[in-house]
Amino acid sequence: MKAFRIIKRSIRDSMKSVFRNFSLSLASISCITITLIVVAISIVLSYNVNNFTDIIEKNVTMVIFLDSDVTDEQIENIQKELKKIDNVNTKTVKFIDKMSIADDMMESSEILKSVMEDYTRENSPLQDTFQLKVKDINKIDKTAKKISNIDGVDLVKYGEEMVKKLVKAFDVVRKGCIYIVIALILVTAFLISNTIKITIFSRKREIEIMRLVGASNINIKIPFILEGLLLGLLGSIVPVVITIIGYNAIYDHFDGVMFSQFIKLVKPEPFVFYVSLILIGIGMIVGMIGSYRAVKKYLKI
Amino acid sequence: MDLIRLRNINKVYKNGVTAIHNLDLTIKKGEFVFIIGKTGCGKSTLIKMLYREEKPTKGKIIVGGIDVAKLRNRKVYKIRRKIGVVFQNYQLLPKCTAYENVAFALEVLGLPKSKIHRKVVKVLDLVGLKEKAKHYPSQLSGGEQQRVAIARAIVNGPKLLICDEPTGNLDPNTSMEIMEVLTAINKLGTTILMVTHDIDIVNKMKKRVILLDSGSIKKDYKEGEYNSESI
Repeated sequence: MKAFRIIKRSIRDSMKSVFRNFSLSLASISCITITLIVVAISIVLSYNVNNFTDIIEKNVTMVIFLDSDVTDEQIENIQKELKKIDNVNTKTVKFIDKMSIADDMMESSEILKSVMEDYTRENSPLQDTFQLKVKDINKIDKTAKKISNIDGVDLVKYGEEMVKKLVKAFDVVRKGCIYIVIALILVTAFLISNTIKITIFSRKREIEIMRLVGASNINIKIPFILEGLLLGLLGSIVPVVITIIGYNAIYDHFDGVMFSQFIKLVKPEPFVFYVSLILIGIGMIVGMIGSYRAVKKYLKI
Repeated sequence: MDLIRLRNINKVYKNGVTAIHNLDLTIKKGEFVFIIGKTGCGKSTLIKMLYREEKPTKGKIIVGGIDVAKLRNRKVYKIRRKIGVVFQNYQLLPKCTAYENVAFALEVLGLPKSKIHRKVVKVLDLVGLKEKAKHYPSQLSGGEQQRVAIARAIVNGPKLLICDEPTGNLDPNTSMEIMEVLTAINKLGTTILMVTHDIDIVNKMKKRVILLDSGSIKKDYKEGEYNSESI
């Protein structure tokens, strides 16, 4: 009963003091709002960059040329072997018959048609192929080697040089994004917790009186920590609204793609809600930490 | 019965200043004691040690059965609940009314609202501020603010009331009013320990007087013994 009353009083007091010290609360809230907006933008940007690089990497196709004299039985075997390899995305494994390749070629130009027309399956210079995509592009080298060791496989092609450059470049971009987001979150945490600290410091006398009249440390801490939490929560409202409305607007405006069909934006739902949760979480936790740090300073002799 | 027992207290501040030197003191339940002495003689240090705002460097302090010197930081509230403290500058919350300031002391203890109300009304009546319960500190005179502070200090029914120059900012008439309030509280059984510079008050009250000088007790006058002219 007593604990319940203390909690009730803490909640009531924390709300009261947010409004009683309105100018300082407003300072804290706007600081939280501004920094969280920056964090929101960086999260949205970096997640989109990540998403875009992922899509490109997932689309790197490996082509496997088979020996020209493979039998149907061998082809089936090879398919089984391919699907056994860990890094191979089994759904993407596709067999392309050399005759269908020939058909395609003949369709594409008259000259090719006249050249290819005379060949049958037995004497065709073309090769049967498998096409597939890998799960992890970083291991594409090893996967290619494994595949070329399978009996009946002649050649594995996947644009090695281009892929290597792509992987390297994307790695830099991704790591850069993550570092920027982490740095921003840390700066935000520091800024917010310091602003809240100042808010609490101005109430040194209140804490001193609480101590004087015999409030236990926990009794003193709870209202202030709740106040920090409340400030964080209030400060994250505007960033959350901006994220949800802003991202949806951008997505609609560009029809889900940027610059070209190649760069697809992440779908707003549920993405914006995750970002919102992250923002609210940062606001509340950092707000609590800030006020905890401030109060702690006055609870020591 | 002894309420306060100090044995061989020494206090040396971190900067090397010796504030209290080999001090022994016993105060019985229900006494009214003045502590006087020059500025810097250790009066404030002495009372701060009683409510554990400072720790002695050496020695034993027992207040109401609690070994104050050994009390850990997070247990300090235990002693604070047995002691009321009143300061020269009142230390009220400016944004709370007189009533709220007094109620604050009970709210942090988690008392139910009805009980708080009863106690606060009673104690405001005792200090003569029943009519001004809804006034904010800025709307009250110095004497009235001090009475709010006294009300807050005693609302919890402490055994000991420590007053650190409670009349320091008040004119002689108002000071005497405060002394009347304190006397009334003392008569109800609360032990009062008052630090003061105001020799007139000490002369008029004829209570036990402890004269401090450079960190130790120079003289302990029994009730009625003290007379400033005789020094």
